[in-house]
Amino acid sequence: MSEYIKQETVTEQETKLARPSAAGFDVEQLVIVPVLSVVVAMLLGGVVMLLTGVDFTRIGQAYTALFLGAFGSISAISETLTAAAPVTLAALGVALGFRAGLFNIGAEGQMIVGGLASVYVGFAVTGLPIFIHLPLALLTGAVAGALWGALPGWLKAATGAHEVITTIMLNLVAMQLTTYLLRTPLMQRPGRTDAISQNVLPTAQLPKLLDWIDPTLRLNAGILVALAMVGILYWLLFRTTVGFEFRAAGLNPSAARYAGMRSSLITVVVMALAGALAGLAGANQILGVLGRATIGFTAGAGFNGIAVALLGRSHPVGVLLAGILFGALEAGGRQMQVAAGVRIDLISIIQALIIIFVAAPLLMRAAFPWAFRKNLKARG
Amino acid sequence: MTMAAAAEKRAHDANLDHLKRRQTLTVGWVLIALAIVVALVFGVESGGNATFRLATRTDAFPMPNLAIPAAPYAYVIAVVLAFLGARQFVRGAAKTSSLFFGIGLLLTVTAFLVWATAGKEFSLTGMLQATVIRAVPIALGGLVGTLCERVAVVNIGIEGMLLSGAFTGSIIASVLTPLLGAALGGTAGLIAAIAIGGLMGLLLGALVITFRVDQIIAGVAINLFVLGLTSYVTSQVLTTHHELNNAPIFPAWNIPFLSGIPVIGPMFFQQNLFVYGAAILIASSTYYLFHTRMGLRARAVGEHPEAADTLGINVYRVRYINVMIGGMVAGFAGAWFTLGSVGRFDMNMTNGRGFIGLAAMIFGRWHPVGALAAALVFGFADALQQKLAIVQTPIPSEFLAMAPYIATIVLVAGIVGRARAPAADGKPYVKE
Repeated sequence: MSEYIKQETVTEQETKLARPSAAGFDVEQLVIVPVLSVVVAMLLGGVVMLLTGVDFTRIGQAYTALFLGAFGSISAISETLTAAAPVTLAALGVALGFRAGLFNIGAEGQMIVGGLASVYVGFAVTGLPIFIHLPLALLTGAVAGALWGALPGWLKAATGAHEVITTIMLNLVAMQLTTYLLRTPLMQRPGRTDAISQNVLPTAQLPKLLDWIDPTLRLNAGILVALAMVGILYWLLFRTTVGFEFRAAGLNPSAARYAGMRSSLITVVVMALAGALAGLAGANQILGVLGRATIGFTAGAGFNGIAVALLGRSHPVGVLLAGILFGALEAGGRQMQVAAGVRIDLISIIQALIIIFVAAPLLMRAAFPWAFRKNLKARG
Repeated sequence: MTMAAAAEKRAHDANLDHLKRRQTLTVGWVLIALAIVVALVFGVESGGNATFRLATRTDAFPMPNLAIPAAPYAYVIAVVLAFLGARQFVRGAAKTSSLFFGIGLLLTVTAFLVWATAGKEFSLTGMLQATVIRAVPIALGGLVGTLCERVAVVNIGIEGMLLSGAFTGSIIASVLTPLLGAALGGTAGLIAAIAIGGLMGLLLGALVITFRVDQIIAGVAINLFVLGLTSYVTSQVLTTHHELNNAPIFPAWNIPFLSGIPVIGPMFFQQNLFVYGAAILIASSTYYLFHTRMGLRARAVGEHPEAADTLGINVYRVRYINVMIGGMVAGFAGAWFTLGSVGRFDMNMTNGRGFIGLAAMIFGRWHPVGALAAALVFGFADALQQKLAIVQTPIPSEFLAMAPYIATIVLVAGIVGRARAPAADGKPYVKE
């Protein structure tokens, strides 16, 4: 019996290995594997370009443009961080779910609902000063996302409905809701027949951070919101009892229940908080970048958030770094498309490869044995 | 240990009983609410007859139109719903509450349909035919998930596998059709789609079985990878080389005699290869999983890999084989999008069907036939929305589009006795 239990624990650890990261700082896990992964993914991206008839000079141009577009100038860094903010926020929500053992595919839907709520408050509520209007719009977005997230959490707690199904369905419902609401007089911009909302008032817009250097720089206070949430989530998960209960519920639900934790309540609260973070991501996209809502205003950041949460191993700081990497690839990808004529879709290939390699340390170890210490096989 | 276990089981049973009782009552209230809605909205507001055309040109004998007086029908349905709802409050109703809930929802849908067509006419047969067609990729997606999860491999990558099949099928068929003709070229495309699906299965298998990558990460990465690769090639190459993306479409094959039966014929016997293929795949997978030695082994690996290993079953090999078969089914289902319907690949053309397939699998309780039933519900809602957009109802089309998703949530939450995944689902197996 004890043999069996031991084996079960090993398997359990193996499963969790790739997601929540261990506490200590492991150079191989945290530096060598990610760097090698990025390099190999870029090389394979080059192979894909070669196969589609892009010659070596243009591949060189493409990668130069990618790098310069991501980090090459103040404007590039501004674009990178602007793109990183929503995806990081959405990913924090997904990561929180993972920590508590919940697979929240619904970040996209929660983000949509949050964005719609904040755009409404942004244009419909008038006469408020910015220091009330902006927080109100952000908060409405977060609350709307929280409600949209809490619903599958409550359904799971009350009836056992699998959150993967319910969140997928709620994503689809949210998308239809956007198409509908943006055409109603409630939201639609007067004089337009297509699905577009009215413009957010200046008092609800996230202030630009760098317009004193150059008015075209788009970086806005959304990145500060994201950073604040990274800090808050870190504190919540690793420094509070509530966070401990979340993690315990994720690592071993039965043990958590026996220890007297209320698993139903945890499920609802975690999903609500995850939804709030995704809702903030939507609000950030609306109040910081677009200033209005259209169909597809999330640009898939909710789905990318899943990938970023996985890449960041559900650790707030890891999620931030992964979010910046995704933001950089997106900003650089746009530059690459303009400067070298290589379509931006190449970026998704590179992102996918990075995720695969980071998640498969065994694969990297087999491919590059010289980069790793030898005795690790035993630990593997 | 055993006492604690027994105590837990008792507590669990008591908890489940309590849940069931509460759910039965909820079902009762929901049914009564539906009765009120049907009576007040569909009954009061409709006049005239709803005319459903059943006949098609290919029928062996003529079928009359089905004309239903709209208002009386709504009232009859409302009474039945109210009766079913009231029945839930009687002792011992818990056993059948799921069944009656399903029947109640179905009746509500028919009442809605009659209300929406009141005073108009539309082809019911056409809609049912479209239901079957639209259910194909979802049912097959659910089957892929079932095949993989029965051996404890969670396959989030169904969406990507479908997309890879659609893409490869279209390209290979487009390239080979000028050389071999439409029939052979299309077949070659289909075979290529199945092969690439199998390769995707092998990739997923290698990642999660051999390299023990987290299964959800691997699936998400496969989705992202295939979406990126196919979108990149489409925008970089296919937009300028249209000849590479112009595939033939498999024609419908009428089954002699059976295709002449009214309603049933157009639904099941005037379809193309993909509908027949899906039926065969679902039937044979059910047989394989539940009536063969191989299937028993596969399920053993999914439920308790240690025990299976002790009995001499090669856990890794069984997992690889099942995941690869799943991938091949996904490749076949993917080809439906191009070779079975439009003959051209578009970016992200699977549009979440793989995820709905995943939902169909869970909804269908990890059983191929269950997944098929769930897929038919989705297909019906999809077809209904399209037809009603033509008939024009007072309800915005977006809400009709939402209906199946909301219905899924309600059903998943309403089904008593939680659906249970294979015990080892999602866990890698490390041989001692």
